[in-house]
Amino acid sequence: MSDMARRDLSALKATASSALEVARKLGATQAEVSTSRGAGLSVTARMRDVETLEYHRDQGMSVTVYFGQQKGSASTSDLDAAAVEESVAKACALARYAAKDPFAGLAAPERLAAGVPDLDLYHPWDVEPAQAIELALACEAAGLDFDPRINNSEGATVSTHEGVRVYGNSHGFLAGYPSSQHSLSCAVLASADGPMERDFEYSVARHADDLLAPELIGAEAARRATRRLGARKLDTATVPVLYPARLARSLFGHLIGAISGGNLYRKASFLTDAMDKKIFADTISIIEQPHIPRALSSAPFDDEGVATVDRTLIEDGHLRGYVLGSYYARKLGLESTANAGGIHNLVVSNTGEDFDQLLVDLDRGLLVTELMGQGVNTLTGDYSRGAAGFWVEQGEIQFPVSEITVAGNLSDMYQQIRAVGTDVDRRGGIRTGSVLVDGMTVAGN
Amino acid sequence: MTDTNTNPLQLAEQRLLEPAGLQESHLGDALGNMLSGGVDTAELYFQVARHESWSLEDGIVKEGTHSIERGVGVRAVAGEKTGFAYSDEIVVPALMSASKAAGAIARLGQQGQVQAWSRAGEQRLYPALDPIMSLADEDKVALLQQVDKATRAHDSRVQQVMASITGVQEIVLVCSSDGVYAADVRPLVRMNVAVIVEDGGRREQAYTGAGGRFAYEHFLSGDRALALGREAVRQALVSLEAVPAPAGEMVVVLGPGWPGVLLHEAIGHGLEGDFNRKGTSAFAGRIGEQVATDLCTVVDDGTLQGRRGSLNMDDEGTPSQCTTLIEKGRLVGYMQDSMNARLMGVPATGNGRRQSFAHVPMPRMTNTYMLPGPHDPDEIIASVERGIYACNFAGGQVDITSGKFVFSASEAYLIDKGKLGAPIRDATLVGDGPSVLQKVSMVGNDLELDEGVGVCGKDGQSVPVGVGQPTLRIDSLTVGGTGNA
Repeated sequence: MSDMARRDLSALKATASSALEVARKLGATQAEVSTSRGAGLSVTARMRDVETLEYHRDQGMSVTVYFGQQKGSASTSDLDAAAVEESVAKACALARYAAKDPFAGLAAPERLAAGVPDLDLYHPWDVEPAQAIELALACEAAGLDFDPRINNSEGATVSTHEGVRVYGNSHGFLAGYPSSQHSLSCAVLASADGPMERDFEYSVARHADDLLAPELIGAEAARRATRRLGARKLDTATVPVLYPARLARSLFGHLIGAISGGNLYRKASFLTDAMDKKIFADTISIIEQPHIPRALSSAPFDDEGVATVDRTLIEDGHLRGYVLGSYYARKLGLESTANAGGIHNLVVSNTGEDFDQLLVDLDRGLLVTELMGQGVNTLTGDYSRGAAGFWVEQGEIQFPVSEITVAGNLSDMYQQIRAVGTDVDRRGGIRTGSVLVDGMTVAGN
Repeated sequence: MTDTNTNPLQLAEQRLLEPAGLQESHLGDALGNMLSGGVDTAELYFQVARHESWSLEDGIVKEGTHSIERGVGVRAVAGEKTGFAYSDEIVVPALMSASKAAGAIARLGQQGQVQAWSRAGEQRLYPALDPIMSLADEDKVALLQQVDKATRAHDSRVQQVMASITGVQEIVLVCSSDGVYAADVRPLVRMNVAVIVEDGGRREQAYTGAGGRFAYEHFLSGDRALALGREAVRQALVSLEAVPAPAGEMVVVLGPGWPGVLLHEAIGHGLEGDFNRKGTSAFAGRIGEQVATDLCTVVDDGTLQGRRGSLNMDDEGTPSQCTTLIEKGRLVGYMQDSMNARLMGVPATGNGRRQSFAHVPMPRMTNTYMLPGPHDPDEIIASVERGIYACNFAGGQVDITSGKFVFSASEAYLIDKGKLGAPIRDATLVGDGPSVLQKVSMVGNDLELDEGVGVCGKDGQSVPVGVGQPTLRIDSLTVGGTGNA
């Protein structure tokens, strides 16, 4: 850990402790505090020149207090002692007006993390602005030089961020850790006779050494943009759809929404009461692995201090685990699954095929490369999203398509997953390969 | 409670500059730090924002939350280059170091000069009040409980009610080397009601909301708050009867008001100055061209009294205005911030907006709407042999380069032989921005603006906006359902 991170960690712990102490003095029976500090740099090069240079610095504290079963919260971006005290007092004042909620309160003390395992999440990148600009220029140049039809750009961006987070509560828990995240991205425009097309590529990692080479990112952005040129609409049809890994993760993101505590409690999910039922094709298993070193969603504990552990959500197509923080867990008569604040690395099993094989297996249907809009109803499972991609015949890409929609119902779509590829995309909290789904309605002409 | 006659500039100085002992000379020095060569404009943006929310579920107000964010954003613009830094401490040393960091963007060149500050002309589209203080906390709680009770009483099929109110007061002060020295005090309130209904094992949900730049009292007058709950129940009950949406191209009639999100996505984003300066928008270089039927006139208007998207001045201190984007079908204007206006050689239009001091400004919409036309709304529906009528939406998205956009209908009906038929399930509509308004064959005389719930996202920044339109007939749009067309 760098000196700066160590200093920030102890300062943030001191702030959290003093906030907890203020809460206790004001009569709160329980309290929890999170504090954070971060700093970063972001540069963008566009059309072979530097366009923006931004320095980021953020900090904040949020506090929740409980007076018996009454709850109030407040947050501030000012970490001065006076501002912190004022925030805690504000939270206490608000709690007086809240109704008694028998389920309100901290996570169970026995579930709190006993230590903070080192998950290798902190690798600050001491990149000078001039060096970051060079990287961005090289990245964009690889895109602009890729093809004569690439004639405009939104630029290439290099960004780096490091920060420290601390969580403490009145059970005596107080812990924090530093982390870093760096990214390199590029978006370019292609045009020929018809309308322009834009596409992008990116790389994101905890350690700068794990970023893809800038030239590869620029060239891939350009390849993606040029191959979209000449897109047409499709006739409306029911066909299989292949989601490449970078889009396939959204299918499992909808699952997380549907098995999260709030939606389950409100019965606002198409997966209400689905525990132990078969909701996916039986080739699908999904686990949560919160401790993968350097992974983007790794965390030693959740937003309530509960220790994260490996666990199974889907086993051979059957739902085995929900996504719960302690509040909705109590309301459902269950236990927290250490998911206050979200999921920590979801890993989807594969069925052994690589991407090229999946394209062959698709045979005749849609390879989708872009999804647009929200279009997903978690209560009913209705799914309808704008899309662009490629029409595939006999396992080979025929022509680009756009201005179409793909639609179905998630409960059917999950059952109709025919294959999951080995081409796992690790650039997010959900790790999956490409997914082939049968029987979707593609609407166009 | 803040006096509604409060002078925004005095209040901003009192809240933002005085606690740190910042004098005009400090501001001049900070701007001077950035003017070392090649810099066209240096700017300081001070902001304090207070935010509160109260939420109800299971019939009880579970929690109140309060947050405060304060800071200064420092920007240097040199040609097409921007240097930016910010600090969440408003103190002299932080201001100086941020201004040096932002100024690093400049090339070597001539020393710039800070122009004498003059106050921009003042619009008063909303009072300089603090909504959080506009109602006692117990009355906020009581209001939510009242809404819960009335909404549940409305229909026995209501299973769950979630209601919330939020209030924000934002005080901003902008000063720049161009001579801008201006402040704005911006109230913003909102109320949301969501319901879940169940009938015979089938469950559906619906959301409604309303708000604007005024005090919470707005919701107390008449039965505005209760009407939101009633409307949410009505929409959810309609969904209980919904059949699968058709799939394919068909005639689409859009209802008045919130369906104006069509204009925001299909037209609005593509007409923002930055995309057009860079040539990345499907509308770039098309000023003067016919991009819609001559029934269509579309404006972006930041000057409407009390509206969610309205601003006395934008975040660069430029007074907001009403900008005509499309006049009788012809593309006549873009929305500009000061940087893109300068680079394109046109006047700024008061559309330079930012989420907060920690974000750079860029051209953004305010309230975007289409002016009314000649047709009676019933006549428009009666004209459709077969198609859909969509009157509520859940948001949208656009690819400004290809012009392709989507928006998701949350309440829509089949039209058969000129009459409304069964409601249809959620479906995304997809179209092409530069051509969709060329398919508008009828425009209603029933212009409505939305209820005040719009949030627009661009480059990771969210700002409040408004939309509106009269009833429109679009001769062909693709509907993304699963049923038969």
